[in-house]
Amino acid sequence: MAIDTALSSSLEQAELETFPPAHRGRPGDLGESGENREQDDRRPPLQNARRERLQYAARRVLRRPGLVVAILLLLFVIVSAAFPALFTHFDPYATAPADKLKAPSLSHLFGTDEIGRDLFTRVLYGSTLTIQATLAAVAIAVVVGLALGVVTGFLGGWVDLVLMRLVDVMLAIPRLLLALVIVTALGFGTVPISIAVAVGIIPGFARITRAEVLKVKNLPYIEAARTGGASWARVLLRHILPNSWGPVFVLAVLDFGVAILAISALSFLGFGAAPPAAEWGTLISNGRNFLITSPWLSLLPGLFVGLVVFSLNHISKSLEELQR
Amino acid sequence: MFARYISGRVLQAVLVLWAAYTVTFVVLYLLPSDPVQLLLAAGNIDVTQISPDQLAALKHQYGVDQPVYLQYVNQLFEFVRGNFGESITKNVPVAQLLAQRLPSTLVLGASAVLLTIVLGVGTASLAVFAKVGWLRTVLSRLPAIGVSLPPFFVGLLLIQVFAFQLKWFPASGDSGAASVVLPAVMMAIPTAALLAQVLTRSLEDALDEPYVVTARAKGLSRSGIQWRHAFRNAALPALTLLGLLLGSALAEAVVAETIFTRNGIGKLAQESVLQQDVPVVQAIVVIAAALFVSINLIIDLIYPLLDPRIVRGHSVI
Repeated sequence: MAIDTALSSSLEQAELETFPPAHRGRPGDLGESGENREQDDRRPPLQNARRERLQYAARRVLRRPGLVVAILLLLFVIVSAAFPALFTHFDPYATAPADKLKAPSLSHLFGTDEIGRDLFTRVLYGSTLTIQATLAAVAIAVVVGLALGVVTGFLGGWVDLVLMRLVDVMLAIPRLLLALVIVTALGFGTVPISIAVAVGIIPGFARITRAEVLKVKNLPYIEAARTGGASWARVLLRHILPNSWGPVFVLAVLDFGVAILAISALSFLGFGAAPPAAEWGTLISNGRNFLITSPWLSLLPGLFVGLVVFSLNHISKSLEELQR
Repeated sequence: MFARYISGRVLQAVLVLWAAYTVTFVVLYLLPSDPVQLLLAAGNIDVTQISPDQLAALKHQYGVDQPVYLQYVNQLFEFVRGNFGESITKNVPVAQLLAQRLPSTLVLGASAVLLTIVLGVGTASLAVFAKVGWLRTVLSRLPAIGVSLPPFFVGLLLIQVFAFQLKWFPASGDSGAASVVLPAVMMAIPTAALLAQVLTRSLEDALDEPYVVTARAKGLSRSGIQWRHAFRNAALPALTLLGLLLGSALAEAVVAETIFTRNGIGKLAQESVLQQDVPVVQAIVVIAAALFVSINLIIDLIYPLLDPRIVRGHSVI
């Protein structure tokens, strides 16, 4: 849900940047929005403009069917991760030895595993763990990365030098291996792997935020705000941050995909939640033992992860194009 | 000028490597609340079952009875000398373990990298240069799928299709050349897709440059423009990316070797993390960082050959 609101607000922002206020809306849409304005004359003008912007953003999204499908799939995953019981009447842990290793059918969409548990249900409940871990990882990375980027870009000098060299070092250790080091130190489970994945994606956020802050820092309106008597803290929070986070947001969506892949890889390797709970990676890893007789056990969850990541990448790419 | 460029790059590489060692040391020895207990647990020793004397002796054996800064300095010197300590679970020197496991991983890594270059460059050049329209469309969309697929899913799919159904290659093990094929393909698909994405984009940009119009106006052939002008200029970003991908080949081998049960460094890393064998994990990560740093150093040294402006205009560090 958070993604959805953030998405529309970013689209709004993207559109704001692309079109100066005088020419807001596409030329062909002028008549239509003009009618709207007459209808809603009693509304305050600001609210009216916001509605128009939203409608415009929605139209631009709807013109891309691929993007709509990707957003729908993502919504399904998010809703089913929050309320898995809505989409299945099976219990993820209830065993039914008589129904073991059943091939996918209408009653068992993804088939059943070696002790008769419904795999589709297991995947949905796995979404809960995986999405939680992913959200945690990206949230940590965004917060720490933004903080690092703002501090280094804003302060400059030796703080910048030291912190950015640290970021360079983190980039010089392959992400997966850095994650392995952290998992070794912290132990196994959903929390350690999300921290491990977060640490791996912090450098990207730090660098991109720093670059944006450096770009924004010297613009005339910052000087104007300062001259107007605003404190540095206010300038930072009200002017620099809101104007730097566009590219950071695109990277965050892209890194959702990266984080899902990394978390699945770590749980596939056996560092995830303890059984019988299972993240997507754990399910794929379990199914591996039955690859000869029941390939769907690992291939269907794998395909599911692939589709989710593909949707995220597609949304991120479309956002980048819409922002341009 | 060139000597300054090189010495600057080498110095930077050494600094990064030192810092990478420091980061792993901090995470592994300072982050856990009780590193001694971590070590003992990995060695199957229950702290509550042994006498204080025995505990002291064990601490001495693992070198954790000294102050942290001394441990850090001593270990750094030992690492420089090539002594990576002793595995807690296997009770053999880490260096010996690594030497046993390295050849298999090197063969796999080299094959994967070769395949990455062939697939990545091939896909990108066909996606831009092919004369058939639909082939260009298909090839320019393909990499987006390649980067989205979880590598382990690709690996399992390859096993299912090419080992179980078609029986062309063995599903696991590391004996013979045939056993390298599937894991190498698995490692190459996501990296080749990434390489193809970057190269396609920069090739398209290069073809829009004015010098291509000039070359065409001079009457240069299509392939002459494509390879002599566009490709050479588009190669730089791809080369940077290739360096990053090469450097992290060892990390990708972790998943590939686990899936295909090959006894390489990657499988060793996975086992060591599961058993929390701290010295082995640390040695593998430091070696991976060394590999990453040296490959990128080599790439840095290749740059000036492709684009002489880099040495002249570049301020080092």
